[in-house]
Amino acid sequence: MTTQVAETGHDDHAHGPAKGITRWLFTTNHKDIGSMYLIFSLIMLFIGGSMAFVIRAELFQPGLQLVEPNFFNQMITMHGLIMVFGAVMPAFVGLANWMIPLMIGAPDMALPRLNNLSFWILPFAFSMMMVTLFMDGGGPNFGWTFYAPLSTTYAPPSVTFFIFAIHMMGASSIMGAINVVVTIVNMRAPGMGYMKMPMFCWTWLITAFLLIAVMPVLAGVVTMMLMDIHFGTSFFDAGGGGDPVLFQHVFWFFGHPEVYIMILPSFGVVSQVIPTFARKKLFGYHSMVYAIIAIAVLSFVVWAHHMFTVGMPLAGELFFMYTTMLIAVPTGVKIFNWVSTMFKGSMTFETPMLYSIAFVILFTIGGLSGIMLALAPVDFVYHDTYFVVAHFHYVLVPGAIFGIFAAVYYWLPKWSGKMYDEGLAKFHFWVSFVGLNLTFFPMHFVGLAGMPRRIPDYPLQFADFNMIVSVGAFLFGTSQLIFVFILIKTLRSGKAAPQSPWESAEGLEWTIPSPAPYHTFATPPKVD
Amino acid sequence: MTATASSEHYYVPEGSRWPIIGVIGIFFVVLGMALWVNDITFAPYLTLTGTLIIAYLFFGWFGDVIDESMSGKYSTQVDTSFRQGMIWFITSEVFFFIALFGTLYYIRAISLPWLGGEGHLGSSNLLWDGFQATWPLLATPGAGGEYVQGKEAMGAGGIPLYNTIILLSSGATLTWAHWGLKKDSKSQLVGGLALTVLLGFIFFGFQAYEYYHAYNEMDLRLDSGVYGSTFYMLTGFHGMHVTIGTIMLLVILIRSIKGHFSHEKHFAFEAVAWYWHFVDVVWLGLYFFVYWL
Repeated sequence: MTTQVAETGHDDHAHGPAKGITRWLFTTNHKDIGSMYLIFSLIMLFIGGSMAFVIRAELFQPGLQLVEPNFFNQMITMHGLIMVFGAVMPAFVGLANWMIPLMIGAPDMALPRLNNLSFWILPFAFSMMMVTLFMDGGGPNFGWTFYAPLSTTYAPPSVTFFIFAIHMMGASSIMGAINVVVTIVNMRAPGMGYMKMPMFCWTWLITAFLLIAVMPVLAGVVTMMLMDIHFGTSFFDAGGGGDPVLFQHVFWFFGHPEVYIMILPSFGVVSQVIPTFARKKLFGYHSMVYAIIAIAVLSFVVWAHHMFTVGMPLAGELFFMYTTMLIAVPTGVKIFNWVSTMFKGSMTFETPMLYSIAFVILFTIGGLSGIMLALAPVDFVYHDTYFVVAHFHYVLVPGAIFGIFAAVYYWLPKWSGKMYDEGLAKFHFWVSFVGLNLTFFPMHFVGLAGMPRRIPDYPLQFADFNMIVSVGAFLFGTSQLIFVFILIKTLRSGKAAPQSPWESAEGLEWTIPSPAPYHTFATPPKVD
Repeated sequence: MTATASSEHYYVPEGSRWPIIGVIGIFFVVLGMALWVNDITFAPYLTLTGTLIIAYLFFGWFGDVIDESMSGKYSTQVDTSFRQGMIWFITSEVFFFIALFGTLYYIRAISLPWLGGEGHLGSSNLLWDGFQATWPLLATPGAGGEYVQGKEAMGAGGIPLYNTIILLSSGATLTWAHWGLKKDSKSQLVGGLALTVLLGFIFFGFQAYEYYHAYNEMDLRLDSGVYGSTFYMLTGFHGMHVTIGTIMLLVILIRSIKGHFSHEKHFAFEAVAWYWHFVDVVWLGLYFFVYWL
């Protein structure tokens, strides 16, 4: 893609950022809002991570040492909720805010004030959710999937606050997603057709459609919970003619597209990074786009593979097994395209590339265990074991989180105008890589050997592997402090970054100065 | 559709205090509601305060948008952003109702028959021997337990039928108002809108009367089993949307009287019209699956 930039931004809109706290409270600037999302997500990553520390400390050896079982359950619940809704999703929205307008040559997001509203809901929603830990009866203790009747009949009183916090997060996500769709559909620079868009924009467009479709379903299911708990309805109570399994159906109708919401933007990041450092064009751009669309469409017809053991009729088990296996096809297309992009490329291994390659390899491992779990007959054995925990952590940590790290290292020079310390960043990568595999790989073994998930204690036979897992978790968690250190060091004393710090990076974001001016592309650039 | 090359600049507003005010309003409303259902005395006032803040927000925020629009700051591209934003907002609302309708279908077609002993999962009969799965479900499986047993089901005739006719006619009057706007006939615009608002209010009144009747005379209540649950959940959320839609129509009526719309520029009118038609279509689904079948 060749680009001619008529003029780069900051000529129009003479006003720069406002001074003081009001800059952040009132801002309509996509870069400010993107930064706030990313910082918020980093804070949430550490809060959720410290909960994982509590979990792993308790599981360091068999027996009940540190926490009460009920508090342990609150920790696993909050860890899941915070990581999903507080760390991964806001980080992606932050990346979308920063990069989509720069990539498509738009002056800002399409609906800037709504953008600010989407962000500022989050701190309030998460405060409301986390304060439940200090209420009578404790916080949510029913797992992040909050199955009824655990989350209705047997829930602690604080569940109401959890429900309304979810409502707020859902509203935030929907508004954010609407903004992304409208920005991409309506604000592309002249000449940038859909099939010329950077892959990150494509993945986010599809993600945003998924969000618009499923977040309201989540709102629906928590509303039904609220009604069951406080207003005497019986959606999830068979005594009144309802069905607890109904909860799982509605939840997973949201939940399965949700897991693609948490991975597609990372697909996009990796599709930007690998071509840059392989110094080749992305292999099979069109097939990549079609694969994302196929994954998104399929994600709506696979939800009950989370529920193989609830007692579905055989026809249901088979349908959901086959549709789930189908997803391996478009995902395989993506994996092979990334590999083919690297094939015979002139590769260098800067930190974003290391994260991306680790992403491709480790996400594939997570995908393969996913295929094992998709097989209904064997899932009866794997269900609710640590094998499942290993599977989804392999797709979420080296998948979603490594994608975010790759993105941050790749675009940090553009955001801050400074280069990060390459040696330290590589150190961060290798410690994370070792720590994460040490944490999650042995979980496969204990899972296959039958260790159930969501328990604070376990039989002696699982002790050795659990100790390894805990050591790995402490290593992985602690090594993220290096990341914070790198960020601070970059901002304070990083070397000045050139306009395009990467040798063969393509895209409009590299045609503007580093750091990106407060206002960019007030006049849209021309794209041939 | 490719983005149009426009020589006009896309209007990016300066920092605005409305979003953060909105967040505080929303926070007060939901916190108030969460405390309210947990029987905290001051909670209703918190919700009320939040609601007032949100009302203030709408006046302020939309007031800003109207001022910007009237002073010609919006290019056609901005207009397109608003239109697409509204369309995707309505789409998200559609998915909310899909979840509720899906619940109804699942219960009627799958889980309730199982509860009545159908299929290989009929083991539920061991729990409640002799339970008959019928729809509308009046006698719940746990009869004599915590659920009220309904006396009769809601029929499709009478008020629901009138309400169907009312809502359909309101769609027609709204379109008639739109025709009036297009040919710059203010009387037709204002008349059509006023008629639509009136029909919205009548619908609302009928619905309130129906609820009163169902609660007090038919024992069809939120706690009378899953029939009552789905009935109130679906019609209740629809009713809430009718209420919001009517308020929106009222605002548009006032703005029409003030002469805010021209035949080529009237996004707000169209957005509200789309919303109203969406509410209309949801009602048809409700009438079909909740009242009739």
